[in-house]
Amino acid sequence: MTSRESILARIRAALADPAPAPEQPIPRDYLRTHSPDDPAALLDLLHHNLADYRARVHRCTEAELPGALAGLLAERGSRTVAVPPGLPPAWLGAAAVTAVPDDGTLTAARLDTVDSVVTGCALAIAETGTIMLDGGPGQGRRLLSLVPDHHLCVVRAPGQVVASVPLALPRLDPARPQTWISGPSATSDIELDRVEGVHGPRTLEVLLVEG
Amino acid sequence: MTGTFLGMPAFPQAAAAALRDGRLRANLRHATHTIRDKRARAVAELDDWAELRAAGKAIKDHTLRHLDRYLVQLEEAVAAAGGAVHWAADAEEANRIVADLVHATGETEVVKVKSMATQEIGLNEALAAEGITAYETDLAELIVQLGDDRPSHILVPAIHRNRAEIREIFAERMAAWGRPAPADLTDSPAELAEAARLHLREKFLRARVAVSGANFMVAETGTLVVVESEGNGRMCLTLPRTLISVVGIEKVVPTWRDLEVFLQLLPRSSTAERMNPYTSLWTGLGPSKGADGDGPSAFHLVLLDNGRTAALADQVGRQALRCIRCSACLNVCPVYERAGGHAYGSVYPGPIGAILTPQLRGITSPVDASLPYASSLCGACYEVCPVAIDIPEVLVHLRERVAEQGGHPLERAAIAAAGYLFDHPAALAAAERLAGRTRALHPRRLPGPGRAWTDTRDLPQVPAEPFRDWWRRNRS
Repeated sequence: MTSRESILARIRAALADPAPAPEQPIPRDYLRTHSPDDPAALLDLLHHNLADYRARVHRCTEAELPGALAGLLAERGSRTVAVPPGLPPAWLGAAAVTAVPDDGTLTAARLDTVDSVVTGCALAIAETGTIMLDGGPGQGRRLLSLVPDHHLCVVRAPGQVVASVPLALPRLDPARPQTWISGPSATSDIELDRVEGVHGPRTLEVLLVEG
Repeated sequence: MTGTFLGMPAFPQAAAAALRDGRLRANLRHATHTIRDKRARAVAELDDWAELRAAGKAIKDHTLRHLDRYLVQLEEAVAAAGGAVHWAADAEEANRIVADLVHATGETEVVKVKSMATQEIGLNEALAAEGITAYETDLAELIVQLGDDRPSHILVPAIHRNRAEIREIFAERMAAWGRPAPADLTDSPAELAEAARLHLREKFLRARVAVSGANFMVAETGTLVVVESEGNGRMCLTLPRTLISVVGIEKVVPTWRDLEVFLQLLPRSSTAERMNPYTSLWTGLGPSKGADGDGPSAFHLVLLDNGRTAALADQVGRQALRCIRCSACLNVCPVYERAGGHAYGSVYPGPIGAILTPQLRGITSPVDASLPYASSLCGACYEVCPVAIDIPEVLVHLRERVAEQGGHPLERAAIAAAGYLFDHPAALAAAERLAGRTRALHPRRLPGPGRAWTDTRDLPQVPAEPFRDWWRRNRS
């Protein structure tokens, strides 16, 4: 007997019950959301919760976006910026930086020498202060938002902002690799006290774009 | 288990030693109290915590009840997404599978995401015996590995170390494992984290094989989920060419939707955060089957039994398999806070360890038979458990099982003597009178094996005369 067969047989033997109790349906009377259905309030909540976990949060309009990105990159002194496929070209149109586009061959070692990465996202959750990347256009491969020390993420409101975890999951495709990000890299491993900045980007900036 | 001390072997001895370590107690007290209050605040933010907890419990119970079906469904979904699924009946088989998979890549180094399952099976030691070096990349695991130490907490294996000790370990030991710690390293947590970042980055950039566990596996989609904080998990899950995930069979949940419950319950219970910094979800090799250069090009899932089916067979004890390894029960436990994690003699310490370890390993050894007694049954663990595991209930149940194996010979003799006396009223009356008249000679503490019991208790005073004699004299 293979281990697969023996494990399955042991499970069936363990569960053998001549008179099993009738099974109740899973109680799903928890809330779908903890927040009122108000886009402006949700955006404020997202802003607050991102900032609470030490992301740097900025806001602008669609028209202001290229200027805002250019300003943030200049402020940090970034000269090279990794660019995922599908990032709208206009976003970096005003930035005085060398774009390092990913054609699928950028190595982690190369990305380790890049100053910043700019991505979009798939979705953001207001109640938890989470941005979600799924490798879609403007997000790219997972290592892009991981290896550089500075991640600038653009979230478009209200379209990409949901209130809660239960409202986010149905809008994500399980087949796609996902990274959920809530603040910069952190650890609680020293005396159970949170310290920001370990292996992931130590600086996470989120640009909330309205309109 | 004849010849062992019922209820007072390994854990009490180990705990007694730990209690004399003032620094350990101070470190544990500081850390557990810090997280306790934060967790309470994080949980209080959600009005529907009780409903989420009930749903989490019900989903896990439902899954366990149909575990065979969901594992087969998971296997099919992972295979359809380009992953290879292996089944391991015990630790030895799991270690063998992983070692062979690493050998097949030609590599001699692996980077590891923190994983309870691989600690449980002793994977690092097994790989070392095969000439493969496993680098732990979680900060606390790194502290344990560099310090040649043992883990003492599920979430923070180095919780027994304070910042000054960690600085010392980094300064002395990092050079032997790779990039040395900066010469001017202080004990500020930010500097310690920076030292770990630099030390491990060269390993991440070089590694071709990674080993992980998983917090959840979704049967319907074949998705695995790893919840973490530092980004070491993302590094391991994304950069190497080959990923091997070793996961206990009880980690499966039926549907994608079920994650909406557990990804609310786990972060708030574990690190007291609304959401942990990083959550990685992947399904096999992804839509392109590994061709898009995003993540590994080979993925292996090793499904681990190693005693879980034995726990499943126990109708009371099986609820321990609901555990999502948040460690909230450790942080509130008065026994854990004082005795520390090492006293439990297992990678699963604290209240959950006291019910999980004896079920996974059996209760034949003195340490495992002692674990159900490593509790005051105060119930704080049950209160905070996000999947409502009634740990006190299982502890009492396991104590019964230990007692059924024979119990202590002196205890058996005492019970037999009491049984005789209660069956023979004249003998009972004579024994009571004898006890009353010899009062002055009674010791304050028990001799022999009973001494430990009276270390912290006074023996009850025997009255001058039996109640029945007093009644006869005054009322008849």
